[in-house]
Amino acid sequence: MNKGYEATGVLSVEDLGKAPGFPSEERMKKGPVAVIECVQDIPCNPCVAACPFGAINVETLIGLPELDEEKCIGCGSCIAHCPGLAIFLVDYNHSETHALISFAYEFLPLPKVGDIVDATDRSGRVVTKGKVIRVLEKKDFDHTAVISIAVLKEYVHDVRGIAFLKGGE
Amino acid sequence: MIATDIAVIGGGPAGLGAAIEASKLGAKVIIVDENKDIGGQLFKQTHKFFGSYKHYAGVRGFEIGERLLKDVEKEDIKLQLNSTAFELFGNELGVIENSNIEWIKAKKVIFSCGASEKVIHFPGWTLPGIMGAGGAQTLINVHRVLPGKKCLMIGSGNVGLVVSYQLLQAGADVVALVEALPKIGGYGVHASKLRRFGVPILTSHTIKEAYGYDKVESATIVSIDRNWKPIPGTEKTYDVDVICLAVGLKPNIELPLMAGCETTYVSLFGGRVPLHDENMETTAEGFYVAGDTAGVEEADTAIDEGRLSGIAATEALGYVSVDEANNLKTEIRERLEGLRSGTFGEHRMVAKQQLIQKANYLRGKRS
Repeated sequence: MNKGYEATGVLSVEDLGKAPGFPSEERMKKGPVAVIECVQDIPCNPCVAACPFGAINVETLIGLPELDEEKCIGCGSCIAHCPGLAIFLVDYNHSETHALISFAYEFLPLPKVGDIVDATDRSGRVVTKGKVIRVLEKKDFDHTAVISIAVLKEYVHDVRGIAFLKGGE
Repeated sequence: MIATDIAVIGGGPAGLGAAIEASKLGAKVIIVDENKDIGGQLFKQTHKFFGSYKHYAGVRGFEIGERLLKDVEKEDIKLQLNSTAFELFGNELGVIENSNIEWIKAKKVIFSCGASEKVIHFPGWTLPGIMGAGGAQTLINVHRVLPGKKCLMIGSGNVGLVVSYQLLQAGADVVALVEALPKIGGYGVHASKLRRFGVPILTSHTIKEAYGYDKVESATIVSIDRNWKPIPGTEKTYDVDVICLAVGLKPNIELPLMAGCETTYVSLFGGRVPLHDENMETTAEGFYVAGDTAGVEEADTAIDEGRLSGIAATEALGYVSVDEANNLKTEIRERLEGLRSGTFGEHRMVAKQQLIQKANYLRGKRS
């Protein structure tokens, strides 16, 4: 991968355009879809087993995950199963004005549905406010919660998390 | 005197893998460990592991440890805990438990003694509050003690990245992570997790000095140039109450040296490592190595190297046929090859092959 990511840990949208797990712009606009931000050939493939629709393929153990845009229905089953927390779900058509971004979250306290939170980009910068729409905890997620927040559509490629919620003690 | 077929020294992932396989195939096994429980460092790994879903991928490290413990319980494996192996006379191993010395006579010995954290030296490095990242991880994830509120992490290998994330989970702030090399050492996805919470990762930086009277209170970092020289005027000072050093691990080879195992220096594996063949047997016949002692890697490879050594030692004792042993070993070797592939792993595969070649060369010269 380019030197930028290796030095900073922050993927650019250009880097991601080349990743085989990153859906096309057309697919994103069609409906909810997995966004796999995995660009290094590390031996890893649990995303393959996590997808009930066979939409993720990893050629040998070190191949990058490839997303079959047609097979992916945007169920989000893969999010909590990625050990690198590198899979997101984007629903561009959540509403007229807002997109829904889902991501893994492993911190306490968890946000609550309806909370207004600081939405952050890949470098932790707060770029906008988001509204928590869903907080999913399932047994097979093994303590990795999946949070969904609505943000203005213009931030659909930027927002990938939320700032810490204080007051955990 | 305790007589046994196989003594496994160190009950971490490699040792457990070795003991389980050897016992399953019919060998009488004892595990010696200086801690009060077996499991080694697995029980402080709260993150999900990479690898193949057919194996342990997606499972948290401590849960892999629990699975291994269940397998140990199914077997008739003797545990010699709170016991330090301190001496070796031929195949008689001295262990000390609560100031009592016990002798274990084993037909085969497997050294799975793990590794120790390295440190770097800088003015102020002995101040309380400055510790190994692995030590900090034990404090937060095993003892539930937060070593400090404001942490500076030194080193961007997977240990530095993972422990930084777990410090955040435990409620600390990681003010910065510095890395002397121009690029991040560990997996990008681990780095990205930290970056999403705003933790700065500063490559081409090192720690210059730590300050404080009876504990660390602040630290200065500095940019370095391509020749590793600090660039004056680039210093930044942070208020910190803990500094974690994640600057690599060194194989624990004291016992293999006592056994007369030949060693060689492999920087990729963290320092001097015992030469070993494709069965994990060292140049000292009947003595095997596995896991970090055989070259620092990670827990998945350690478990499989352990399994390999356990099968091979049991085969050498005649408990299992050559064919059956070969089938079992081939499956493990293929898995190891998978784990040692890709940009982050293929160099380790090459280095392992060189260790094997060297061991076989020395053996050939002698016979």
